[in-house]
Amino acid sequence: MLDIRFPIGLMFSIFGLIITVYGLITIGNTEMYERSLNVNVNLVSGLCTLAFGLVMLFLSDPVKKILRKK
Amino acid sequence: MDTKFALHGIDYMVMIVYFAFVLGIGWALKKYMKNASAFLEAGRSIPAWVAGLAFISTNLGALEVMGMTGSGLKYGMLTTHFYWIGAIPAMVFLALFMMRFYYGSKARSVPEYLKLRFNEKTRGLNAILFAVMTVLASGISMYALAILLENVLGWNFNVSLLASAAIVLAYTYLGGLSSAIYNEVLQFFIIIIGLLPMAFLVMKDVGGWSGMQASLAPIVESRGFAADTWTSTWKYTATETGNPLGVAWYGIFAGLGFVLSFGYWCTNFLIVQRAMAAESMTAARKVPLIGAIPKMFIPFLIIVPGIAALVLLNDPLKGFALPLNDAGQPIYDYTIIMLLKQYLPAGVLGLGITALLASFMSGMAGNVSAFNTVWTYDIYQSYIRPATGNKESDDRHYLKVGKMATIFGVLVSIAAAYVASKFGNIMDFLQTIFSMINAPLFAVIFLGMFWKRSTGNAAFTGLLVGFLIALLHHGLTQPEGATTLVKGGWLGVIHTYPVEMAQNFWTAIIAFTSSTFLTVLISLLMKREKSDEDLNGLVYSMTPRLDDSSVMWYSRPWFLALIVGIVMIVLSILFW
Repeated sequence: MLDIRFPIGLMFSIFGLIITVYGLITIGNTEMYERSLNVNVNLVSGLCTLAFGLVMLFLSDPVKKILRKK
Repeated sequence: MDTKFALHGIDYMVMIVYFAFVLGIGWALKKYMKNASAFLEAGRSIPAWVAGLAFISTNLGALEVMGMTGSGLKYGMLTTHFYWIGAIPAMVFLALFMMRFYYGSKARSVPEYLKLRFNEKTRGLNAILFAVMTVLASGISMYALAILLENVLGWNFNVSLLASAAIVLAYTYLGGLSSAIYNEVLQFFIIIIGLLPMAFLVMKDVGGWSGMQASLAPIVESRGFAADTWTSTWKYTATETGNPLGVAWYGIFAGLGFVLSFGYWCTNFLIVQRAMAAESMTAARKVPLIGAIPKMFIPFLIIVPGIAALVLLNDPLKGFALPLNDAGQPIYDYTIIMLLKQYLPAGVLGLGITALLASFMSGMAGNVSAFNTVWTYDIYQSYIRPATGNKESDDRHYLKVGKMATIFGVLVSIAAAYVASKFGNIMDFLQTIFSMINAPLFAVIFLGMFWKRSTGNAAFTGLLVGFLIALLHHGLTQPEGATTLVKGGWLGVIHTYPVEMAQNFWTAIIAFTSSTFLTVLISLLMKREKSDEDLNGLVYSMTPRLDDSSVMWYSRPWFLALIVGIVMIVLSILFW
């Protein structure tokens, strides 16, 4: 059966990428990050989400199979 | 207070990616749905960790999350009793003592276990009540989602309702229980990742745990409680009046820790179904324990921010407020929504909103996937068209019925959602009825599993009369300040409880006690209906012990249970 780590990994990697890129674009936008206590919460949270997604992807069966072949 | 959010393109992008994955998972699982067992029981092939996360995720619906954050504001750390004493002992008990009978008896549902252990009519009673209640619950969560989308995002009520129903239907129809379980795991992670930034920011804003404690002291003292009541769990439970919950420690132990939590976690098929889908006996017994570990830490994500919100509410500089209802009372359930709005900028806000959407949808899917199993096996196969003996054609037939039941379940849910939109109290009503059904059910299943002498007729009577007595108790009592008959007292009031929580606890305690008493009494007066051999695999004393020696020590249920127990005790002492 489908290894759930694969869709989880893929989805959170995409989430992480989108949010990180958005965090990078909005660096220096003090007005926007005023509500989040001047933390660029998109950048921080985006990178964490991306890291989680990549770990899940790395552990999933389809990716493991490809790595083993190489 | 304006509850509307201004969402940006980026937030919608996150939401769309999520929906694409939800439907994609259903699509990818479609090819495995070859027979009724694959569709309704996930083919008993789910790894322990996946089922474990789905196990607690089923309970972590959006209404639960919103309610718990609101309760954090109202009752403080006392709310964690719902996550620690009110969940963990029951989950450990289910794993160590009950799961092997549910899983090993080859029953496909909790009602079917009742049939194997007792008789057909006990199963029938439970199955019909369960099927009706689950479909209603699914409809109410659909209604709540549509209302939320209307209030928060400004979406049209009807469109939101039908769109969410369509998505849930699509993925449960395609992938059955597996699809529901996979999406619950997805939801589990997205709730954590979506709410963590909010939890972190609100704690930073109030100056961390100690800053929050200091700011809470004057607020709490002005309400007549000790300064640290909102940050304590057991410290002020010596009396009923010392804490805002209105219940003393023995009430928490007996009501929440025993009757309510064992009734919910050990007998609710919606929950137990996740563990029954596990790939092996050892995996099934580990499922509740694996779920228990994250369960104990969820309060820091959803209850603690609610407590911090009390500080924000009392600090005019923060500009934080809750929306008011028609009577001018704050709507506590909106605490988490307003916290998301307060702290999250576009981007992470999309994740936070998606987390709530995800938990609404998986709540509906969970109910629908439990409903179609009980309908197909316990009602349709038992009373309408029994198996013919031709396994292949039977399998095809029940798969079709299971799929039809999924559509039917969603349609009835939609109808229930519209009923709920006419009667605002229906949710309170449903929760009350649920606790009246679960407490006697736990009494009966508990006696069935651990006392070989208990008989089918006794169990049926215990189940029915226990429920009626709970109903009677509810009809004769009410919480202080009750304005509607949904809260009780519809037969006349002979006792008034200080808070609604206390009334709920006592309803459950009385239902459980009377059901136990009746089942024991009738069993003793009647002849046994089943021999010792019949009860092999169904009753504790009649079943050989399981041998875990082939499993590595760190993977054995007993060892996991020990870890879970230690963590819970440490947490309780830390936040005493």
